This record gives sequence, C-alpha cells and structure tokens, in this order.
Amino acid sequence: MSDLANPDALATLVGKATTPRPAAGYWTAVGRRLKRDPVTIIVTLLLLAIVLMAICAPWVTSYDPYAGSVMRRLRPIGTPGHWLGTDETGRDLWTRLAYGGRLSLLAGVAPVMVSLLVGGLLGITAGFMGGLTGTLIMRTMDVFYAFPSILLAIAICGLLGNGLTNSIIALAVVFIPPMVRIAETVTTQARHLDFVEAARASGTTTMQIIRHHVLANVLGPILVYATSLISLSIILSAGLSFLGLGVTPPQAEWGLMLNSLRQSIYVQPYVAALPGVMIFVTSMCFNLMSDGFRSAMDVRLSK
Amino acid sequence: MSAALLPVPPVDPRDRGGPAQPLLSVTDLRKHFPVYGGLLNRRVATVQAVDDVSFTIAKGETLGVVGESGCGKSTTARLVMHLIRPDAGSIVFDGEEVGSQAGLSVAEMRRQMQMVFQDSYSSLNPRLTMVDSIAYAPRMHGLPARQAVARSEQLLAQVGLNPALFARRYPHELSGGQRQRVNIARALALEPRLVILDEAVSALDKSVEAQVLNLLAELKARLNLTYLFISHDLNVVEYISDRVLVMYLGRVVEAGPVEEIYGRPRHPYTRALLASKPTLDPDRRTTVLPLSGDPPNPINPPSGCRFRTRCRFAQPACAEMLPPLLPPVDAAPGDAQHLVACILPEAQMNAEPRHAA
Ligand SMILES: Nc1ncnc2c1ncn2[C@@H]1O[C@H](COP(=O)(O)OP(=O)(O)OP(=O)(O)O)[C@@H](O)[C@H]1O
Ligand code: SF4
Ligand SMILES: [Mg+2]
Repeated sequence: MSDLANPDALATLVGKATTPRPAAGYWTAVGRRLKRDPVTIIVTLLLLAIVLMAICAPWVTSYDPYAGSVMRRLRPIGTPGHWLGTDETGRDLWTRLAYGGRLSLLAGVAPVMVSLLVGGLLGITAGFMGGLTGTLIMRTMDVFYAFPSILLAIAICGLLGNGLTNSIIALAVVFIPPMVRIAETVTTQARHLDFVEAARASGTTTMQIIRHHVLANVLGPILVYATSLISLSIILSAGLSFLGLGVTPPQAEWGLMLNSLRQSIYVQPYVAALPGVMIFVTSMCFNLMSDGFRSAMDVRLSK
Repeated sequence: MSAALLPVPPVDPRDRGGPAQPLLSVTDLRKHFPVYGGLLNRRVATVQAVDDVSFTIAKGETLGVVGESGCGKSTTARLVMHLIRPDAGSIVFDGEEVGSQAGLSVAEMRRQMQMVFQDSYSSLNPRLTMVDSIAYAPRMHGLPARQAVARSEQLLAQVGLNPALFARRYPHELSGGQRQRVNIARALALEPRLVILDEAVSALDKSVEAQVLNLLAELKARLNLTYLFISHDLNVVEYISDRVLVMYLGRVVEAGPVEEIYGRPRHPYTRALLASKPTLDPDRRTTVLPLSGDPPNPINPPSGCRFRTRCRFAQPACAEMLPPLLPPVDAAPGDAQHLVACILPEAQMNAEPRHAA
C-alpha cells in the first residue's frame, strides 16, 4: 500500500505497464538471456580459443609437430623455447597439443554431426508418424541400445580396423540410437501438445504444423542434446585412440598423446597430464555450453 | 466498451436451414479406443469412451455437457471437431453431413466450428506472441500478414485485453485468465458459428471464472455464437446453459432444458450428481445419498444400464437391457424436450424436487 501511495512508485508502475514491449522474436530473447550468463560466455570463448588454436596451429608455433630430438626429451614445463615442455621423443608439446586439437576436435565433432543428421531425421519421423513406422524405427534402435556404448564403439572399430574415418563411423553408430530416442521423445511430446491440436482444429495442414509448431519446438532440445554429446564424443574418441583403435602414430591426437606419455608419468607428471587436461577442458566446455543454451532456450525461465 | 468491432449482420449469410434447423446434430456417435498391452503389444481390451451419443444444438443455444471425469466429454468434443475419427455415427452441421462426399468437408467445417481447450498454457505455442498465435489460423487461410495482425489486435480488444499491453507477450507472461481470453480470441479468429468450450473455465479461480463466463455470454450475444459447453462444474453449467446433457460412462443418461434437469431431475444418476453439488444454502441440502465410489471402468462397463452398480433403485431388470433415451414416464404426450435413459418408472418418479417451492 505505502508503495502505491508513493507517487514515484506509482509512476514507475504505470510507466512499466504502458511502455510497449519491443517486438522481440524468440531467438532475440534467447540471445538476450545468453548475454546475461557469464559461465556460458566464458566457456564459449574458451572453446572458440581452443578451436582457433587448432585451426591456426601452423601460426601459433614454429616447430614441426613430427620432428623430435633425443637431446630434448621430456623437458619440464617452463623450459625456455618449449614453454609446455617436450614429449618422450623430444617434440614440442605445445605444438603437439595445437595440432592434436585438429584431429581430436574432428574425431569428436564429426560423429555427432553424422548422428544428428541421421538420428534426428529418423527420430522426428518416428515421433511424427508413430504407428508401425515409428515402432519399427524405435525397436531397431533398441537393438543397438542393448550394448554399452564404449564396447560397441570398440567392437565396430575392431571390425573396421583403426584410423580416423573408422573411429568416426564407429562413434556415429553409437550415437545414433540415443539421438533417435531424444528426437522421437520431443517430437511425440510436441505432437500431442494442445496447441498442435488447436492448430489442427483451425484447419492447418500437416506440413504447416510440422514446420511452424513441431520443428520449432523440437530443434532446440535436439541441438542442445547434440552439443552435450560432443562432450562425450571427445572423450570416447580420445579413448579409442588411447587404446590404439583410432588415429595412428605418429599423428598428433590428444588421446594418442596421453597413451604415449603414459610411460613418462613418473618422470614428468605435469607434462604427461597435459593432453588429458585438454580433453577434460574441451569436453567440459561443451557440456557447460550445452547447459547454458538449454536454460537460455527455456522461455519459462526468462527475465 | 467499443461495441461491435466485428459487426454482425442480423442474418448470417452462412445460415442455410433457417432458425428451425439445428446448427449441429449428432447421431449415434461412437468411439471405442483399443487398449494395447502384453508382451506382443496386442489389443487386449477396448475403452468404450463414447457409445451411441446423440444430441442436437439449436442455433444460438448453449448446450451444457456434464458428467464425472472420464465419462467421455472431451472425446465427444474431439469427435465433433474431427480431431479423432469416429467409429460410427454422423455429424450434421446446419443440414450438411460433415465428411461425406456430398456434404461439408472437414476443412470447411473447421472454419465454422472452433474449440477452446482446458489448459490455457499448453494450448498456446510457447514460442509465439499472443498476436501471432491469434493471427496464425487466418494467415494459414490466406489472410495477408498485416491484416491478420490488425484483426488479431481487434480480437484481443474484444476479449478485454489491451493490445498495446498484451499483443507482444508470450504465454508465460500472462495469467491463466488472460491466457484463456487469448485462447477464446484465437477460437474466434476464423469467425466460427459454433464454439466448443471443453472445461474452458475449469482451471480458473472463481472470480476470474465469473469474468470469463460473462465475457463468453457477451461474445455470444454480439457474434451470434452457439456454444457446446463442457464442464464437470454443475453450477457453471446451470448458469450458462440453455439445455443440458448428462453423460455417464460414454452414454447420455439424461437430456433436457436446464430448468428441467436442475429443477426436476429424472435419472437417478443426475439426482445423485445434483445432490453432491456443493451448495451454501442449508435448506436446500437434500437427503438423497450422494454418489459414492468411482465410476466403474469404461473398459468393462456393466451390462444393461451402466449406472446400475451405483444406483440405489437397481433391479435385476436393469442388467438385461440398455435403457433407451426416452421422455419420462409421466411426460405429457408429444413432449420430447426432456429425455431419460432409465427403465424403472419408480426410479424416475420419486424425485424430490430440489427447488421445493
Ligand atoms: N486416446 C485415447 N486412447 C485410449 N483411451 C482414451 C483416449 N482418450 C480418452 N480415453 C479414455 O476414454 C475415456 C473418456 O475420456 P475423456 O477424456 O473423454 O473423459 P472426460 O469426460 O473428458 O474426462 P475429464 O472430465 O477428466 O476431462 C477415459 O476412460 C479415457 O481414459
Ligand atoms: S435403469 Fe435401473 S439401474 Fe439404471 S438408472 Fe434406472 S433404476 Fe438405476
Ligand atoms: Mg475432459
């Protein structure tokens, strides 16, 4: 009451109520919320830096990632000329990490992209069609679900032989079933929402409903899930190389580097841990970024 | 109030059969849902959600539908809207059969018949502003965007929401009552003749509910609307309806003018329902036992009269046949206004009038 009696308070109330809201679209609002989330901004910038480091590897270092020297083996962090030290064959670790990012990111992101395309399409189809088509798709996915993901990836890699392409294929196969399931779940939910039914009741055609009401409400969650899968994918692909099933030496890749530095863990523990740190930081950044997008895209959590 | 933003001509050009022809006439509508289960996901049972339901709605009338939860009210509404396909029965809109070759197509029918859903939040797309939600259907029907938006703002004003304040808001930025007004505006966007209101005020607070009911009455008078009003709230149905349909387990058990149903209920179920109706007036409390227990499962409804498991007049004869919907035993000859589905004259007769004069 006292608040309302105060003319200033009244003025702000009235002012607030009568100012027409700007005609902001949904994505503008999402951007606005993202800008107010420092964690998401920081991890996104960090990821950008890592990606830039990988892409610009030849320019951020003057060393050759493959040229080592027995004279400079296993130097500690902070050695002049090799600020992150050297590995067991005397190659500059900063150079190896930067070049390694290229393969590690590729091996982590590509399977998710493939599974996003294939799995997303299958899932949305299954969710929207339902019935026999939906059941057929979902039961097929259940067969893959029966295997633990890492074992399935190892089995496929073992079958196809090692190498980058095969590791990407193996992980894509592993990620398609959960992607289908997520896409199917959100699509089924969207299809049964009252507003989809209301649109149908007002004579909107099926294609219009999919375009305007289902896709818009489904794409966000699917993309967010894909981003969080990248986090897992980076760890799994590094794991495959660590086991010798992915990228082959002497190529630079974080998982592979972690494996070859393993023997030196007692000599240079900090140097040996660096590839692991890169895997962890990158994976965590994708995870946090996905969380940030998730909450920014939830209209109910606004303001 | 800016009177008649949408001027209504005295005679709707779409009116085909004249005032005597019912706007909607539903005959023997049936929907049985299969229930799947077991290892192989086979059909294990059938829910008789709507079973041989018939009714008519006159032009300009409000038909109320009451009944306990699960008795098939929403299913009836969705069948009438053709959101689900009926197993049997016909729907005739202003003299034209819906969905038949010669009659009205479902698309044409949906321009003249609209629906407001119970959940005001989930029936609005969370990503669309209010003005876009309302303008959506007209745009999909080919109205240019600018006109659709202008019209949508008019409609907002018509349902009592200032467009300058509400047009650009998202569903979560409105209260339940405001959202339901938007849903009503959206239903009116295609200028329907019949509006189906499925529990449209049930989720609202009492005071807001009264406002929305008044709005509905006002819109009906101004736009020549006809309502099919579904609710489990007996007071609300009494307030708004001209005629009332009482449903039990997928079937109509009693139908008639609102004064008849509330003043002289005939069916034992209607009487039990009315007796359990909350009332503040102690003199009006009746001695009839209120309804006890849940309604039986619509998967295996009782044979014969479906109400017999809870009916205090039930007799062996009640299990033998489904009572047809007929005028009560003591009705004046030729009076087909009030209909009851009960075979026992004494069950129909010893009704203590609720509003004893
Ligand atoms: N799609 C469906 N599949 C199977 N059963 C259904 C389906 N829709 C409704 N039913 C069943 O049909 C019966 C009638 O449901 P309906 O929604 O019409 O009831 P209602 O009278 O609207 O109830 P309420 O007052 O709770 O809204 C219920 O037993 C319900 O479980
Ligand atoms: S038919 Fe029998 S069981 Fe059914 S309402 Fe009448 S008296 Fe009750
Ligand atoms: Mg219902």
